Amino acid sequence: MKQPEEIAAYLKDKIVKGVLEFVPAEIGQPWITLAPDSIKNIAKFLRDDSELRFNTLMCLSGVHYPAEQELGVTYHLHSTTFGHTVALKVRVPIDNPRVQSVESVWKTADWHEREAWDMLGIIFDGHPNMTRILCPDDWEGHPLRKDYVQQETYQGITTRF
Amino acid sequence: MTHQISANVQETREMTINMGPQHPSTHGVLRLEVVLNGEVVSRVHPHIGYLHRCFEKHAEAMDDYSKVIPYTDRIDYVSAMNQEHGYVIAVEKLLQLEVPERVEYVRVILAELQRIASHLLGIGTFGLDLGAFTPFLYCFIEREKILTIFEKISGARLLYNYICVGGLMRDVPDSFKPETADFVKTFRPKIKELNDLLSYNKIFIDRTANIGILPAEVALNYAASGPMLRGSGVSWDLRKNDPYSIYDRFEFDIPVGSGEVGTVGDCWDRYMVRVREMEQSLVIIEQALEQMPDEGNVMEAVPKRIRMKEGEVYVRTETPRGELGYYIISDKSPSPFRVKVRAPSFVNLSILPAISRGALLSDLVAIVGSIDIVLGEVDR
Repeated sequence: MKQPEEIAAYLKDKIVKGVLEFVPAEIGQPWITLAPDSIKNIAKFLRDDSELRFNTLMCLSGVHYPAEQELGVTYHLHSTTFGHTVALKVRVPIDNPRVQSVESVWKTADWHEREAWDMLGIIFDGHPNMTRILCPDDWEGHPLRKDYVQQETYQGITTRF
Repeated sequence: MTHQISANVQETREMTINMGPQHPSTHGVLRLEVVLNGEVVSRVHPHIGYLHRCFEKHAEAMDDYSKVIPYTDRIDYVSAMNQEHGYVIAVEKLLQLEVPERVEYVRVILAELQRIASHLLGIGTFGLDLGAFTPFLYCFIEREKILTIFEKISGARLLYNYICVGGLMRDVPDSFKPETADFVKTFRPKIKELNDLLSYNKIFIDRTANIGILPAEVALNYAASGPMLRGSGVSWDLRKNDPYSIYDRFEFDIPVGSGEVGTVGDCWDRYMVRVREMEQSLVIIEQALEQMPDEGNVMEAVPKRIRMKEGEVYVRTETPRGELGYYIISDKSPSPFRVKVRAPSFVNLSILPAISRGALLSDLVAIVGSIDIVLGEVDR
């Protein structure tokens, strides 16, 4: 069982490309920030490395940071083999929100990534079916963005209630 | 069991049909786009979102963390206590708040009672899907008793808004302890009755054994949780493996699927894990009732105003359906910056296409029933 800081040090030690920094937290959990174009390789490494074995992706959440004009994705990983957990974060600019998909590493990411696209408009490169999941296909905008304005009507139906 | 069309039948063409959104066996508004080859399922595409209310946006609009609690009730309306419990633990972790002993015990007892109520509904409707009407009524008699207990403490039968940040809305009445103890006593023999009636019924076994087999490594790759994961033989329960609240004080077993009547990870195993979990919940309730302090102010630690510091937590708790995760980011303001719910039903349902390939259409009904989804939680 490793602590998050040990995992960050281990990743840096193994010279895994794209590991940016370890952010300790005063309250709650620390996280490791990663480069968005290397998340897939790092995910594979985290899953297959014999000392880490992160075999499940517990949660994948999209976040909108309006102050920085950025979108972010947080990955919460867990290893049932060793019992350790870690949080990873990537940040992308809002005008080009492209993150590598980890669907091929953890199948559970399929629906989570579709949800992040639907709710926040984050595009996951390499996802087999990047379509909306909760909203209808022809819905406008991404509801969880902080500056989201709900469309007045949807197919002739008033959306306000 | 996968079915092959034998060579001497007429050539068939694939046909796409819709199951749902209004179908008795989809347990709500879920549309399954099923591609059939004869009677054999080639592919399934679940279409969800019919019940989408965007809980996360609502949560961000609240000007107090406590005001989110009624919304959490409505995520999974079948096990609202567990939902509240998970959210409140997450907020308390952000606040670094210690909760009085009595509150912890009441919460655990309620969470376990709710687990039994939820499993009873899951088991009952699963039988109903497969044509067994009577067990459903038997289950509902027992579930009613739990709802009556909940009604006495919170005033509501389904959506309680009872657990609050730092404590409980009000103390439990004096009748709570004896009534719960009484329920534990009377419910035990009913589980045996249910086993005789449904679990070991030959027709039921024929419909569920060897159907929808989910291997353990696939389950882990899909991050399945709860009875779905344990049915595949993986002994994984957050109450034991990553204890929250006071679950580390109780002794109980984690039932796992063993392929007793078929293959490990089939529909029957998932079903049976739920039945055995009800027994374990009774064991926990008994211990909790014994250890629970009689005195104590349940409002003691409730903050007048929630002043949040900057930070974020991901807290996971074991609900009847599996791992419920709350990812909360706070930015010092009174309203949460981001609340993400990792709903177990959402994740468990995403496995459906993988485990229903090659099954018969009628078996698909059994597979959906065995996942025990609540659409409120899938769509949020």
